[in-house]
Amino acid sequence: MKARSVVVIVAALVLLGGSLGYVLHARQRGGGQPLAAAENSFTLDEPGLYYRDAATGRVARSPGPADGPSCARFHTGGDRALCLLALPGTPARTRAVVYDRRFTELQAVTVPGIPNRARVSASGRLLAWTTFAVGDSYAAGTFSTRTSILDLRTGYLVKSVESIPLTVDGARHHAADVNYWGITFASDDNRFYATVSTGGRTHLVEGDLRAWSARTLRENVECPSLSPDGTRIAFKKKVSADPAAPWRLHVLDLAGLQEHPVAESRSVDDQASWLGETLGYALPARDGKGTDVWSVPADGSGTPHLLVPGGSSPVTVPAASR
Amino acid sequence: MYLATTGRRTDAPSRPAGTRRRVPGTVIALGAVSLVTDVSSEMVTAVLPLYLVLGLGLSPLQFGFLDGLFNGATALVRLLGGRLADHGGGRHRTIAGAGYLLSALSRLGLLLAGGAAGGIAAALAADRLGKGVRTAPRDALISLSAPPEALGRAFGVHRAMDTTGALLGPVVAFAVLWATADAYDAVFAVSFATGLFGVLVLFLFVPAGARAGAGAGAAGAGAGVAGAAAGSGPTGRSRNRSRALGDPVFRRVVTAAALLGAVTIGDSFLYLLLQRGLDLPPLLFPLLPLGAAAGYLLLAVPAGRIADRTGRRLPFLCGHVALLTAYLTLMAPPGWPAAVLVLVLLAVFYAATDGVLMALAGPVLPPDGRAGGLAVLQTGQALARLVGAAGFGAAWTWWGPRPALAVAALGLAAALVAAWRILPGRESS
Repeated sequence: MKARSVVVIVAALVLLGGSLGYVLHARQRGGGQPLAAAENSFTLDEPGLYYRDAATGRVARSPGPADGPSCARFHTGGDRALCLLALPGTPARTRAVVYDRRFTELQAVTVPGIPNRARVSASGRLLAWTTFAVGDSYAAGTFSTRTSILDLRTGYLVKSVESIPLTVDGARHHAADVNYWGITFASDDNRFYATVSTGGRTHLVEGDLRAWSARTLRENVECPSLSPDGTRIAFKKKVSADPAAPWRLHVLDLAGLQEHPVAESRSVDDQASWLGETLGYALPARDGKGTDVWSVPADGSGTPHLLVPGGSSPVTVPAASR
Repeated sequence: MYLATTGRRTDAPSRPAGTRRRVPGTVIALGAVSLVTDVSSEMVTAVLPLYLVLGLGLSPLQFGFLDGLFNGATALVRLLGGRLADHGGGRHRTIAGAGYLLSALSRLGLLLAGGAAGGIAAALAADRLGKGVRTAPRDALISLSAPPEALGRAFGVHRAMDTTGALLGPVVAFAVLWATADAYDAVFAVSFATGLFGVLVLFLFVPAGARAGAGAGAAGAGAGVAGAAAGSGPTGRSRNRSRALGDPVFRRVVTAAALLGAVTIGDSFLYLLLQRGLDLPPLLFPLLPLGAAAGYLLLAVPAGRIADRTGRRLPFLCGHVALLTAYLTLMAPPGWPAAVLVLVLLAVFYAATDGVLMALAGPVLPPDGRAGGLAVLQTGQALARLVGAAGFGAAWTWWGPRPALAVAALGLAAALVAAWRILPGRESS
């Protein structure tokens, strides 16, 4: 009896000491990555490929050091940049930060969930982001999404786009399980495309902000990305029930609603970005840590090409046309 | 007399003079193991989605899918754990300990995987495997350690300690993340140390299976150390462990549990309905399950004691009546009083059914078939609940939340009537 107690006390002390030591070590090491603001020299003025650098967790311009702000997801359009940051602690919260060209913070919104998709319209007037809401440990471990739209012209924030009247296959749809994710804006700063999921199916949905309505166009389209000329949509299509590799990147011609796969045969779980006539997207890095940015021609030709090792959230900034 | 003794005992064991007997040390020890282990596992559960999606850039949908898959597999592994524990007569502690150890080691796997998706999936699978394997032997140990007439309280104490750990886990995880500026690996390291401590407590303070388990030899009691008051056990049938389902009394318990499980709609739906009804800010959403867990923590022991006095059939059925009342409350106009009532009813439901069902079924089973039998019962109930949740999800999608709720309430009422008749009748002596 005595010996047992001694063993337990000694073990408790050793394990507690070990835990404390590890925590202190992690604390000294700096734990996760500290949040950094952009350097003064880092602006959107130089055209090129911007992305999130996995090593530092900051935005970088290729080629060059990662001098931008800390971001989990990044996108930019016009004079605005959008950065999604995960706030520490549980439950998970996301801070969506709006920056100007010089990466001065203009506005920030905190929403529940884990950062997932970020998009800015070409003009920089509309911003949208998606977070994954997490059931905490007591509820079910399933994910659902929340998508918000921020209109910088009016300052109006749609906290959850779920309230938009939705028409599925021509019929008005009411369901509790409606989820939206991955918004992409048209150049008129009114129309948008997104994924809507309900009843176990995913659809491409076309939305109208002014009319505040949305209708589905096509099934099995996730994370749409509208081409700069507004004629095509790059998206991930579910092609396999295998949870390890469910998707394949496709391009849909909006005029005839015809689609074709691109030359990337690996499963891409990202909202692709149009880099001219090629698509940029993140794929898990070969060592299993972080992601790399790849590109592939949008017309289905060619082969995938490694663009930025250790990157994600690719977006091109065109030469300023002010 | 109790259900356990109705069918098979010819002697009437004398009830102890006072019901205020102490809970056996083994049960307290098992409760402590569960408490420590739940701190360990819930701290990981709380940060895992954040870690996978943010730290590693894994797809949440893929993670959700894998998580569900592993959870489903747990049900089958549980059967295996039960069989292994019974095999050779009372290896409960060894098998339960192996399960606890596997889960503890899985944190080390998370730490060493360092972000490789394959390693993380393997670690998650190991954790679920451990959880599945240990549950039935542990519950069998509890039921073998406490005298049959105090089983309700024993399970109540165990579940209360277990829930305490579950509530503390996320707090510890948050503290570690806060102290280390989001170093997830530190959470895994602390969880590993905590889990290891739980295994140690198990092996030091819980008697080996042979003592607490079959014990079929000399005394022929088979009720274990603390079960001496129970008198002679059903030794004659103890070799029939593989035929637990062949026992008509036990079969009726399983049938009733599965029937009621199939009309249980799943907590997350209830919380979702509450959140929508109240228009609760999503950031406050996690408080709902927390409230129900706190209520469960407080009610588990009293409910167990009541079950010991009245027989377990009545509290078990009353618990489901509480659930039915919760469904009906959700159909009433929403508001804070209704929400609080639903959480309280949910807590009553868990307190009056979870441990109580084990206390109800345990004595029915022969000691060396107990872990396997409890595993069958738990798996049957879990699978039925899975079907129930899926069915409710579909009904919600097709008809909307209110009609779905009405159907669920009708189904539960019907199942209650059926269970009333299926569960063995007179329990009082």
